[in-house]
Amino acid sequence: MTLTSSAASTLPAAEAGRPEKISVRNLDFYYGDSKALKSVSVPLYANQATAFIGPSGCGKSTLLRVLNRMYSLYPRQRAEGEVLLDGENILDPGQDLNALRARVGMVFQKPTPFPMSIYENIAFGVRLYEKLGKADMDERVEKALRGAAIWDEVKDKLQASGLSLSGGQQQRLCIARTVAIQPEVILFDEPCSALDPISTAKVEELIDELRHDYTIAIVTHNMQQAVRVSQFTAFMYLGELVEYGVTDQVFTAPVEKRTQDYITGRFG
Amino acid sequence: MTIAQSAPSRRLQATRKMRSAIAMGLCFFSAALGLFALALILGALLWNGFSGLSIDVFTKMTPPPGSSGGLLNAIVGSLIMTFFGVLIGAPLGMLAGTYMAEYGKFSKLSTVVRFINDVLLSAPSIVIGLFVYEITVVQMGHFSAIAGSIALALLVIPVVVRTTEDMLNLVSGPLREAASALGLPRSLVIKHVAYRAAKAGLITGLLLAVARVSGETAPLLFTALNNQFWAKTLNEPMASLPVVIFQFAMSPYKEWQQLAWVGALIITLAVLALSITARILGAQRTSK
Repeated sequence: MTLTSSAASTLPAAEAGRPEKISVRNLDFYYGDSKALKSVSVPLYANQATAFIGPSGCGKSTLLRVLNRMYSLYPRQRAEGEVLLDGENILDPGQDLNALRARVGMVFQKPTPFPMSIYENIAFGVRLYEKLGKADMDERVEKALRGAAIWDEVKDKLQASGLSLSGGQQQRLCIARTVAIQPEVILFDEPCSALDPISTAKVEELIDELRHDYTIAIVTHNMQQAVRVSQFTAFMYLGELVEYGVTDQVFTAPVEKRTQDYITGRFG
Repeated sequence: MTIAQSAPSRRLQATRKMRSAIAMGLCFFSAALGLFALALILGALLWNGFSGLSIDVFTKMTPPPGSSGGLLNAIVGSLIMTFFGVLIGAPLGMLAGTYMAEYGKFSKLSTVVRFINDVLLSAPSIVIGLFVYEITVVQMGHFSAIAGSIALALLVIPVVVRTTEDMLNLVSGPLREAASALGLPRSLVIKHVAYRAAKAGLITGLLLAVARVSGETAPLLFTALNNQFWAKTLNEPMASLPVVIFQFAMSPYKEWQQLAWVGALIITLAVLALSITARILGAQRTSK
């Protein structure tokens, strides 16, 4: 885990001299014979949130699924190029995928609580990596639930099924679960698309806070959301990275015409 | 659009209505006929079965012709062989089904196994009985409860393979991905998340397998045969309800025929209980 001071993250986002937590370089991705990503290169700066926007099918979720090698669960999907996590290429054949996924957590579009109690949803993942006593585990679960801003809502029913929560609560439970195993990077794949506006606001607030401890990548269809939660934005179109820059700049003064068309709602 | 209809269209409507009424009548009649037959069978079973039901049935051994007795050894024999059949068959079926739904989802082997499993699922049980007769009874030189259990296991396997695969396929992909995203190896994803999510369905499959084999006669006839007394070990012939029913029902003796009815009633009630339990578990799964 990198311990770049949290004081540094209060600097304006434009300070782009910061370390790259992940560097994607000339990444090509194939689903069978069809090419979904074309030579994409993009940095993810440490302790910053990078938003990926673009119309459906542009490859932004695909890119995210490369960053924790989720695609490797399926046959006939392959990536070429380099994805460096702290300088180490995660696409290397010898990569321990489970260790990688412990470092690069992911939150999905639909909430996916496990069919077990709220407590177990968190403790289950932690137990894989650490042997904790009951008291320590209780503490860790509470910390994770607090970190995901859901503690107050569930503290009296930790033994209830995770499935009994509302959609927004389930999503925050999933974030808590991800945070609990102390990853370094968290990937959000349209985390709010199945949530109501109030839950969305809570999750967005949370993402903004998580940035201080983690490096964040978020795929979103909602451009206001990208503005609200991210410091950097990448616009993708048809498998290519069209434009990348500081979020404010991408949205107020895009360089590319296609970016401008997209953010002004002319297509997509 | 105008509501007033011309004469031809009114006629058309009338014909359609008539056709619909005829079709519905036929459907109704068929359904009623099916139900009627079922009611007759169940009625006869309940009537004859309950009239012979007594405590003796559960406490006494199968009698020699012409005297009274019970079904104790047959009931216990059925329980023992079903237990061992499921004990052997269920783990094999679960593991094979897990392979097909999880590890080998995209492999050729799964397609082949699925096809063979379907054949096995619909194979006549007498063929299974003959097969096990050849490989165990003939080799060992005598009938035995072991052979009976193996035959039942072969019937359990395809049912459990099928339900395990189906139930695991119902577990959502994103849930598996979410577990993988925590860094869980495949085996733990299956054990802690997929099995748990599919638990009710898996148990239902197991119960249905038990229900399926508990009425099987043909495979036991060739393997465990029958035994009028206790089988002291699994290595000798053992009585079972279906075989006893088969033997007693065909006999000319009144007492035996009566016991056959009671045996049939016991099996029917047991299977009914299993099916209802399976249904309830299934309903719990879908309501979640």
